[in-house]
Amino acid sequence: MKENIFKSKQKKLLSIYYTAGYPTLESTIDIAAELEKSGADFLEIGFPYSDPVADGPVIQNSSEVALQNGMNLKVLFEQLKALRSRVSIPVFLMGYFNPVLQYGIENFCKSCQEVGVDGVIIPDLPMYEYEDLYERIFRQYGISNIFLVTPQTSAERIRKIDKLSTSFVYLLSSNATTGKKLEVGESSAVYFQRMKEMELKNPLVIGFGISNAETFAKATAYAHGAIIGSAFVKLLSAPNYLQEIGPFIENIKS
Amino acid sequence: MSKYQVDKKGYYGPFGGAYIPEMLYPNVEELQSKYLEIMQEETFQQEFHALLKDYVGRPSPLYHAKRLSERYGANIFLKREDLNHTGAHKINNTVGQILLAERLGKKRIIAETGAGQHGVATATVCALKGLECVVYMGEVDIKRQAPNVARMKMMGAEVVAATSGSKTLKDATNEALRDWINNPVDTHYIIGSVVGPHPYPDLVARFQSIISEETKKQLEEKTGSTTPDYVLACVGGGSNAAGMFYHFLDDEQVKLIAVEAAGHGVDSGETAATTALGKDGVLHGSRSILMQTDDGQVVEPYSISAGLDYPGIGPQHAWLFKSGRGQYVSITDDEAMQAGLLLTKLEGIIPAIESSHALAHLEKMNFKGGENVVICLSGRGDKDLDNYMKYFGF
Repeated sequence: MKENIFKSKQKKLLSIYYTAGYPTLESTIDIAAELEKSGADFLEIGFPYSDPVADGPVIQNSSEVALQNGMNLKVLFEQLKALRSRVSIPVFLMGYFNPVLQYGIENFCKSCQEVGVDGVIIPDLPMYEYEDLYERIFRQYGISNIFLVTPQTSAERIRKIDKLSTSFVYLLSSNATTGKKLEVGESSAVYFQRMKEMELKNPLVIGFGISNAETFAKATAYAHGAIIGSAFVKLLSAPNYLQEIGPFIENIKS
Repeated sequence: MSKYQVDKKGYYGPFGGAYIPEMLYPNVEELQSKYLEIMQEETFQQEFHALLKDYVGRPSPLYHAKRLSERYGANIFLKREDLNHTGAHKINNTVGQILLAERLGKKRIIAETGAGQHGVATATVCALKGLECVVYMGEVDIKRQAPNVARMKMMGAEVVAATSGSKTLKDATNEALRDWINNPVDTHYIIGSVVGPHPYPDLVARFQSIISEETKKQLEEKTGSTTPDYVLACVGGGSNAAGMFYHFLDDEQVKLIAVEAAGHGVDSGETAATTALGKDGVLHGSRSILMQTDDGQVVEPYSISAGLDYPGIGPQHAWLFKSGRGQYVSITDDEAMQAGLLLTKLEGIIPAIESSHALAHLEKMNFKGGENVVICLSGRGDKDLDNYMKYFGF
């Protein structure tokens, strides 16, 4: 088994988010394999939902196209059967609660385990419901549930999130929908520093608003790693997107 | 504590809760922890009731519709929410929420709107209080409802087109939630129906409960009893019905009938009959009954009435339906249009097409004679004249 990157001393981890089934229904695994080859450290694969309230225009559009292409959780898990023969870095699924609820929580965790998914990020799954009803099931199947923290989240709540988390804590650069540009001004620097000083047991990974080498460097000065979403999804609209993945990752990691 | 009201955790039976991303948590938590306390303050109650009286024009009359009663063989009373300022029940809630927003120290108000009635009611109270107002409205609805767009703009509101998805109410709600995420400190979101994360369904129902509070008193004056046999209201998200049912919920001898929009028919694929077709699910922050695909994608609703054109219902309605306390039925476009015309001809009242759905259900009821029936006439038909004209060829 590979070393657990979230427990290692390795820093400046780069994670990439993209939407399954975008730009084409069959692109999901090819993109994952290309990202690993190019040097991404872990992945978030989004499963689309008709009403993505936490997302800005770029990811909204990719979700809409993916749904039109016929993507859903059943199709995704079918595709992901080929995941572990081609990709070895950690993979998380990210999406909204209703499709998971319809698929069935236990069924979902079981499918994740079967295809080798490491964890999930479901922004609108309430912490109380996870604790009361699902934590036991997630643990049974060895699936990590990732929680979000924003600049407005209270210290008490952050401690609780840290306690419930098993891979990393997802730190939002600002209170915003996806795809806004990160400005590490004085207030966000104070917030990142405050988070760093809390010395949580889980590593911090910063997401939302990270788009290029500069914002990646700023974020990883405070955190274990950072996640790029909208900027990468934009690149996927190019006709030869698979060839553009290498240079994109190289530019950020350099 | 009524078993039909929200519990301490924000649920109605299995429905309700707060299914929101962390970005909305502080705003929603602030509301959860403060709304009851603020609403119970004496100064709040005084200001709320003074505005309802002098600005909205309450109490709204309870009108005994004699010719309609003769036709159906029952004593039919219309609760005249159509006579409120701005023409519908929506203003009861916006007056309450603007006072709440003021006390929370918010400087900026956002809202979603479908046909524009809630948008107008929100723009109205923002003008009244001199607060910045942004209303999200589907691009399609902006084109369909030009007079209401003009009204909002005249009152100083900014109307922003929602261009995602089907470009109607559901998408306007998504855009309003996104705005709230991006403006977490100074902004209050005035939701227009009994939907959204806890405490919104309870908050909005409480502000609308004035409808049934007045009805009981007025009914006693007219019939000698506070208890009718039937109470009817239309349901999109369900705010007028929530207010109309509120003080009758625990009186189980009062039969509650909620009327949804069947559009072109429950099985036509063009409908908003949520309880007939929906399954348990999560949308816009709460667990309720939702029209959706097997994969959990929300299905686009349809109704001739823009105010009933929503793919879910409020969580309290889901519970009243599931527990059997309420009877949930649906009425097609055609049935509603005919009922609207009938009321106009018999009583000289042009109802909103939403309210016409509730009226249309009278055709399907069998009265023994002499039952007391209250129908919430939630809005006036001025906004629908275009639709009536096209439909009947006037």
